[in-house]
Amino acid sequence: MMTQAQIQTDTTPVLEISGLTQRFGGLTAVNDFNVKLMPGELSGLIGPNGAGKTTVFNLVSGFYQPTEGKILIDGVPTAGLRPHKVTSLGVARTFQNIRLWNDMTVLDNIRVAQHYRLGYGFFHSVIRNRRYKQRETEIEQEANELLEVFDLQRYTEEFPKNLPYGTQRKLEIARALSSHPKLLLLDEPAAGLNSADVKELIRLVRWIHEKFDVTIWMIEHHMDVMMELCNQIKVIDFGETIAEGNPDDIRNNQAVITAYLGDDNI
Amino acid sequence: MKKYSLNLLLVVFAVLLLVSAHFRWIDNYIQIVVMTIGINIIMSTSLNLVNGNMGEFTCGHAAFMCVGAYISSILSVFCFGSKFGAPLFPAGSVLIVFPIILLIGGIMAALSSLLVSIPSFKTRDDYLAIISIAVNYMIISALENMDFIGGSRGFQGMKDTVWAMIDIFDGPWMLFWVILFTTFTVWVIRRFITSTYGKGVNAICQDEVAAEIMSVNTNKIKIVNFMVAAGLAGCAGGLYAHIIGYVNPQSFNILKSTEAMVMVYLGGMGSLSGAIISAILFTGLLEVLRSQAIIDGLVSPLTFMFPDWEPSAGVIKWVLIPLLLVILMQFRPEGIMGNRELSDVFPRLKKFYRFK
Repeated sequence: MMTQAQIQTDTTPVLEISGLTQRFGGLTAVNDFNVKLMPGELSGLIGPNGAGKTTVFNLVSGFYQPTEGKILIDGVPTAGLRPHKVTSLGVARTFQNIRLWNDMTVLDNIRVAQHYRLGYGFFHSVIRNRRYKQRETEIEQEANELLEVFDLQRYTEEFPKNLPYGTQRKLEIARALSSHPKLLLLDEPAAGLNSADVKELIRLVRWIHEKFDVTIWMIEHHMDVMMELCNQIKVIDFGETIAEGNPDDIRNNQAVITAYLGDDNI
Repeated sequence: MKKYSLNLLLVVFAVLLLVSAHFRWIDNYIQIVVMTIGINIIMSTSLNLVNGNMGEFTCGHAAFMCVGAYISSILSVFCFGSKFGAPLFPAGSVLIVFPIILLIGGIMAALSSLLVSIPSFKTRDDYLAIISIAVNYMIISALENMDFIGGSRGFQGMKDTVWAMIDIFDGPWMLFWVILFTTFTVWVIRRFITSTYGKGVNAICQDEVAAEIMSVNTNKIKIVNFMVAAGLAGCAGGLYAHIIGYVNPQSFNILKSTEAMVMVYLGGMGSLSGAIISAILFTGLLEVLRSQAIIDGLVSPLTFMFPDWEPSAGVIKWVLIPLLLVILMQFRPEGIMGNRELSDVFPRLKKFYRFK
């Protein structure tokens, strides 16, 4: 299955969602949502509070099972897969509220994210044979390299909870990249950052997009971030897609303005 | 040198202990206390794997000890005893067969841990605590109703195995096995939790959702972790059964589980060295408070006021130890070590040993 998907990489979309619907009891959080992300795209998803953006991300990362609709990651359907399996297909995400493992060192945070391709199990970890040692050195080396390119190497033995907020955001993105994703989902990466940090974040996302050869899909409330980074934006409100297009179209779209600012005639 | 210093120290200590036990420099009582310490170290370090490292709240650890104790006792009687007919193995093979018996007991205990680990996929915290207590009761009640292994009267006959060992060489065999299995336990746990594989356990503790999303197979890790913990507790049960020579379902009830929990919380959640230190301290304290003279001294202000009252050590002990817990939880809720290892608390120790 994997090899077949790899051959098709150039032609198949990294993410293809069709007819995605999610109902929580009587509430339709997402309704008939469709999207197609080609490799190398940097695209955005916006909408007012409670529009269902994070629900879409939760569905893609396998955290919820959709009520209806199909999600294909690189051509592979994710229906029925548990989140860790979806991650091993090449989806990594960050969270709206940072969810690092606060009592594990920065290095361990990066290392554990490689769990699905450890290549050894419990008995190897106890016996510590050659395979274990080799894999463990590789993992550590890779983690250190990742920390170095993210300029986090001086925090290697630090605990994430002691790091500044902006650095924690950065570390969370680094951790997500540690699982070798094809698709990186960023859930409000600029939330809680000051304007200097936001500028830094824009640079960081663009740099990740180029350096790691990864497709990025992000949710964000900071319009300037979206306008600057994304070439394609989708707007949803109450689970319905209300607009999509390039940043300029979105800026002038009447439906979007209504959704965010409300109607004239009250 | 640094790499082997701790191992060397342990070997010297173990040999010293065994030699002094063999030549009767330390009496039987001290030997029993040392063996109890060893068993308690296994219990507390293995429970620490679940309650400390994984952050789940289980309070039925004695159930797994019980399974291990019964399975290995029955096997031991089958293999070397005469209760169920002629022994299966010649007495000479006891030194090879006995550890295998203990390990089988551990494996069965590990399998029985599925009763807790499968519900733990969906439940956490207080709810899992209730499940684990229920499992503890289930196992005890089941054994109490199995008449062919003694039921609530208990089961005995394992001493035949110990005597078979003594026939080969007259030495402190059970002390030897306890030392061996305690070292084995600490070794396994240490290696497991310091590997990237085992750090998945810590990740589950700190943020299960993030762990699952970051590709940790949380269900599998939970099963593995519960199995390791329960398996080691099962080995402890087997050792316990062969030291006492008698097992009774009620000796593995919720009180025993609580004892293991107290040791974990006393030592500090998620700290291996803390669990070891607290097992030693706690067992020591239990033994010290067994002395009527010390208890009399401690409660002398009260007995002075109420001259008619004659407190017995066995009762007052269980007033003082919970009181100690209350005080501990008030003033040092993180336990003695508090999620840190010995070498984190005293960084200078790092110069002298490396423990992997």
